[in-house]
Amino acid sequence: MPGKLKAKIVAGRHLPVMDRASDLTDAFVEVKFGNTTFKTDVYPKSLNPQWNSEWFKFEVDDEDLQDEPLQITVLDHDTYSANDAIGKVYIDIDPLLSSEAATVISGWFPIYDTIHGIRGEINVLVKVELFNDLNRFRQSSCGVKFFCTTSIPRCYRAVMVHGFVEELVVNEDPEYQWIDRIRTPRASNEARQRLISLMSGELQRKIGLKVLEMGGNAVVGYLQCFDLEGESGLVVRAIGTACTLDKLSNTYTPATAINPCNSSPSKDIKDSPQAVPSALGCRSTHSSPVHSASSRLSQGFSVSVPTLLFAGMGSGGSAGKEAGPLKALLRQQTQTALEQREFPFFTLTSFPPGFLLHVGGVVSARSVKLLDRIHNPDEPETRDAWWEEIRQEIKSHAKALGCHAVVGYSESTSICEEVCILSASGTAAILSSRFMQDSALDTEHRFEDLMSPGCAFCHIPYDELNMPFPAQLTYCHCCRRYKVPDVLFTTIDLPTEANVTGKGCLIQARLCRTKKKAQGEGNATAISNLLPFLEYELHTQLMNKLKLRSMNALFGLRIQISVGENMLLGLASATGVYLTALPSPGGIQIAGKTPSDITYEQHISNMQKKINDTIAKNKELYEINPPDLVEEVIGSPIPEPRQRSRLFRSHSESSDEVSELDLSHGKKDAFVLEIDDTDAVEDIHSLLTDAPTPPGFYSCNTEIMPGIYNWTSALQMFTSVRVFRLSNVNLTNQGLNKVFNDLCENLLKSLYFKLRSMVPCCLCHVNFTVAVPEDELIQVAVTAVAMSFDKDQTQENGRQSIDKNLMKAITENEDQLQFPLELSAESSSNPLNSAKGLSEVSGPLPSARAPSVDYSSFTDRCSSWIEQLRLKAHTIRCGSIKTMSSLEKASPLPEGRSRSLRSNRSYAGSSVTVVKMTPLSFIPGTKIIKYLGIINMFFIRETTSLREEGGVSGFLHSFIAEVFAMVRAHVAALGGNAVVSYNMKECVFMENPNKNQAQCLINVSGDAVIFVRESELEATPPQPHSASAQTSSSGEGT
Amino acid sequence: MSMELDVFVGNTTIIDEEVYQLWLDGHSVSDAVRMRLESDALSECEASGEVLHSDTMDQYRTFQMCERLLHCPSKLANQLLFQIPAHRQAMLIERYYEFDHTFAREVLGKKLSKGTKKDLDDISLKTGVALKSCRRQFDNFKRVFKVVEELKGPLVENVQHHFLLSDSLARDYAAVVFFANSRFETGKRKLQYLSFQDFAFCAGQLISYWTVGAVDNMMEDMDVDLEKEFLHDLKDLKVLVNDKDMLDQHKSLVCYQLKGKIKAFSEMEANFKNLSRALINIASKLTNTKDVRDLFIDLVEKFIEPCRSDKWTVGDLTLFLTHYTSTAHTLEMFRFQILWERYMGVIKSCILKMYHD
Repeated sequence: MPGKLKAKIVAGRHLPVMDRASDLTDAFVEVKFGNTTFKTDVYPKSLNPQWNSEWFKFEVDDEDLQDEPLQITVLDHDTYSANDAIGKVYIDIDPLLSSEAATVISGWFPIYDTIHGIRGEINVLVKVELFNDLNRFRQSSCGVKFFCTTSIPRCYRAVMVHGFVEELVVNEDPEYQWIDRIRTPRASNEARQRLISLMSGELQRKIGLKVLEMGGNAVVGYLQCFDLEGESGLVVRAIGTACTLDKLSNTYTPATAINPCNSSPSKDIKDSPQAVPSALGCRSTHSSPVHSASSRLSQGFSVSVPTLLFAGMGSGGSAGKEAGPLKALLRQQTQTALEQREFPFFTLTSFPPGFLLHVGGVVSARSVKLLDRIHNPDEPETRDAWWEEIRQEIKSHAKALGCHAVVGYSESTSICEEVCILSASGTAAILSSRFMQDSALDTEHRFEDLMSPGCAFCHIPYDELNMPFPAQLTYCHCCRRYKVPDVLFTTIDLPTEANVTGKGCLIQARLCRTKKKAQGEGNATAISNLLPFLEYELHTQLMNKLKLRSMNALFGLRIQISVGENMLLGLASATGVYLTALPSPGGIQIAGKTPSDITYEQHISNMQKKINDTIAKNKELYEINPPDLVEEVIGSPIPEPRQRSRLFRSHSESSDEVSELDLSHGKKDAFVLEIDDTDAVEDIHSLLTDAPTPPGFYSCNTEIMPGIYNWTSALQMFTSVRVFRLSNVNLTNQGLNKVFNDLCENLLKSLYFKLRSMVPCCLCHVNFTVAVPEDELIQVAVTAVAMSFDKDQTQENGRQSIDKNLMKAITENEDQLQFPLELSAESSSNPLNSAKGLSEVSGPLPSARAPSVDYSSFTDRCSSWIEQLRLKAHTIRCGSIKTMSSLEKASPLPEGRSRSLRSNRSYAGSSVTVVKMTPLSFIPGTKIIKYLGIINMFFIRETTSLREEGGVSGFLHSFIAEVFAMVRAHVAALGGNAVVSYNMKECVFMENPNKNQAQCLINVSGDAVIFVRESELEATPPQPHSASAQTSSSGEGT
Repeated sequence: MSMELDVFVGNTTIIDEEVYQLWLDGHSVSDAVRMRLESDALSECEASGEVLHSDTMDQYRTFQMCERLLHCPSKLANQLLFQIPAHRQAMLIERYYEFDHTFAREVLGKKLSKGTKKDLDDISLKTGVALKSCRRQFDNFKRVFKVVEELKGPLVENVQHHFLLSDSLARDYAAVVFFANSRFETGKRKLQYLSFQDFAFCAGQLISYWTVGAVDNMMEDMDVDLEKEFLHDLKDLKVLVNDKDMLDQHKSLVCYQLKGKIKAFSEMEANFKNLSRALINIASKLTNTKDVRDLFIDLVEKFIEPCRSDKWTVGDLTLFLTHYTSTAHTLEMFRFQILWERYMGVIKSCILKMYHD
């Protein structure tokens, strides 16, 4: 009996009228956990019932606590007929199981019905008492923390990064059970919601067990997905990165262990040859697709799709020549540490400093499967084998690139009828053994030297004679010692230490390909035949668009391929940047194949001119002014860089001319586009049709935008969904492409227009998902956050705030230690003294604080009269308002803190906590002081009165709003005020307008957190008890 | 080829005030898009019709979903569906309850019933306010009326508390409710020149001085009705015209005070008895519900029109009424000082407000 769950039903409000005669409701509540059910009394004739029930106690195994949600059903009592259900609330009690997360769940929850949506609210209190469990063979994994955030969460430090964890569970989809024919849609939806909730709990518990086995205590970058396979079942699968995390008791005094790089950056790098260890290059290429030709037809049907490697790299040959034996040893160690793992994969996209040494290129694998060929669909084995296969392929791709690890790893599926495309992608990389289990050496000293400068991660170490495919190499434009590729593609976020010139931008490649309708194997073969072409073209488009923007690297690359009955959709999104270390991209040159016709030539020269103009315009727009060489030489802290580079060249086998030419930024390496057929013309057109972002707007799909640092606290997370109907069935590929392209472009245009009041602003973490829900429908969904920034603030200041946000603990220490050195050594503060790499990132004055943020921006700015009015008017308050007031009273914190509480609670009369939501892992200008647990919610909404609800748009609009509301309510009940790393993982929309019906499934996830404004933190002395105060006070709030 | 579905939902609900106004004014989506295209404010955004249509649709849907909550504004603050910053909530409520004075003028004093609602198309035609908007405004009147009708305590505050409106708007609503409750006649041709603001001012005066709540704040009675006792007592004022001596004395006192100070002195002197009689008659008849309803028409016909035909200036009138009121106190036999002050205070300010072309 390891746990006791207690629940109390306090009150309800805004209930719907259930009795037409009296215009009132006789409501009561059923509280169910596992197989135990309790009931409250009936509160007669009220729309705002006050049950104030006793504590309902459930004595349960902690295994059940992890799997089961608490189910609260609100019903209307009816003497003569069956009681009518008003709606339900599912509460995931997992956050209460970890000692560091929430201690109580208390607040107003929307009462949700899958047919009617939100129908009033209910105030609930939930607590858990856990008993110590000494059973070694326990099945539960209570206490393992889960984070959706794909980096080390802000108030923790990584002691150890254990590696990849995955799990998969299968069940029969209730929607496809025979009983579904006789039960109501409501019952069917609820069965599904409940099942998925159970399966997620089970999955999380199983993954937790694996983490415990590995010796970890947390899962970071937890990504859970559903596959609605239809007849063959419902799959819930998850991947994540197991870690051992230590809570930073006080973020102002970081543990020293996390700071091995304290003193190093001011040292000249040349002193330590291993300072820049085996650099990895990555070469984006489409000329050499790496095939994995394993087409196994063992179990059912399976086609392994030839996969393109978007980057290539050799073995770390040349690096080995230069590096000392210590480095080789180190590398070997890391390698062995990783090789012991079945899959050296990491779902993280940004890393603790010193962890990511070198980035290879993007590796991806896809495979087409037939779902109706699964022998025993109810068992996970088949799917496990499928993913195993894909992961093996990824692993071998990474190996081919000479990398021992894959970072920024993710998996996805696309299902259409019985065909399923499994995809996995990541970035091949070399990691430091620092956070690996097996690193035996005392690392403290070594890593000081290894702290890589801002260019190290893009260095190419490989033996140029032994490259997997042709790549244009040049000397790194920062340090001039190591070679770098001309282009770099990755799936990770831009490393914080990276040197970037100008700003970045969202780059998308969009493609639509028609496909004949087919069945079974024929269909699967057709799809797998199309896939390589699709990927190739997407890659070409990305490359062209990158060049057009005069950039040389892509981060956060995400390629989504969606399959429909008669078409395939491909959407690649990434954030383009100009990495200072990489060579300046040449322009795009158009060449006609048949230069006989004068008009044709003219046409071509016109196009060429347009392209050149666009490139010039883009350079200006994104402030890409690659440093002039001479200046760079002067500013470079490395003496005589040219000589030095020559020196190195003589060491390596590279040819002299290459570097000479590239250093001159010549146009020689212009990218040549041949117009030899209509496809090429189309390509060029699509290049030029991308509308530039309107003035004041930037966009990216990574966490942050390089070049923008001075964020304000204005934040707007949004979801936009569009479904386009293709009425003309006989569309050509070009026609389809145009439709798809316009759909995405117009969607972006609409977003810019809607958010115009936030200018200057950046759309961050722009996440597009495409789907082909029906024959002639294309669905595009976007979730992103718009963040305003301050244009006037200086770069220096801004840099600082990013430090604050991203480097957290590290910088605090570094600032103090490093700054004096920095000042004396290189006071010229040339932004380009990048050989030192860190100088830019860690250099800011410790005294100058992050820009103060006008947090009062909107919540506080309510006019005073209405505030007073509400105070007077709202006499009846219960539950959470009491919590609020007690919170304020109980809070022992000085003025600064209580102010934040008030601003969160907008005004005294309102009981609704303002909850911010963002897909990013942080909120600018704030400090996350506590993670309250993972939010993972799945909702189904269905209607049989589509027209009455305002058509499909009205239906989905209110559903999305309801989902947001339910997420906010859960976070507020946990005592939080924000959701970070929010993600809408699934939005499946189906309609039948003829029957006036529609159904939608939405799955969202994120991390519930408590944040405080940095400005307020600074006002108060750093206090270790701030977090505990918050907890205890919210705990008391009843 | 068509957009089947197109939605945008923000965690913080985005509200475009301009679009909100277009929605409130009862414009259809396509009208609104056209008007936004034509407006200068958006020209810099280079927004196409398509973008505007999509945006307008989103906004309209949001407003429709919010409307249910706006009917009970206190719900807006503690609902969970839309996260709207407090000042935006206040804006939403205030704008929703704002009304066109031309429209309100038409409905003023009418019974807020289904019958009147049927006449809304005529009112819409006459005032140029879109029918949809008329309906919203009418329903607002009705809703406010229904809620505060039965409530005790000060009317304006009741409106403010329940509908979270600004002070000035709450006062306007109080006027509408007050007129609707007492069914004052405002529709006669002779009253047409009076604006809503004129009547709202008068209503404010009546509410402040003539209702039960006016004299006794502690009385937990309704503010919507005029005080019966007071109206009954007004009969006592008759003595001012019935007692010939008193009337003459009153006249001479007023004339003495005004001599040389007003232009229309001779006209005043000639008409004093008629004017005084008119005011006192109005007072004495107020026990009758029918006559209460006719208060304004009586004031215009019996007092304002004679003055106007004699070309009194506003200054003349002000002086006259001031001294007409004050000199009564010096009449030896006159015992109803407080009653007189209460009556004349309101009458004076009403007349002065109503005395214009």
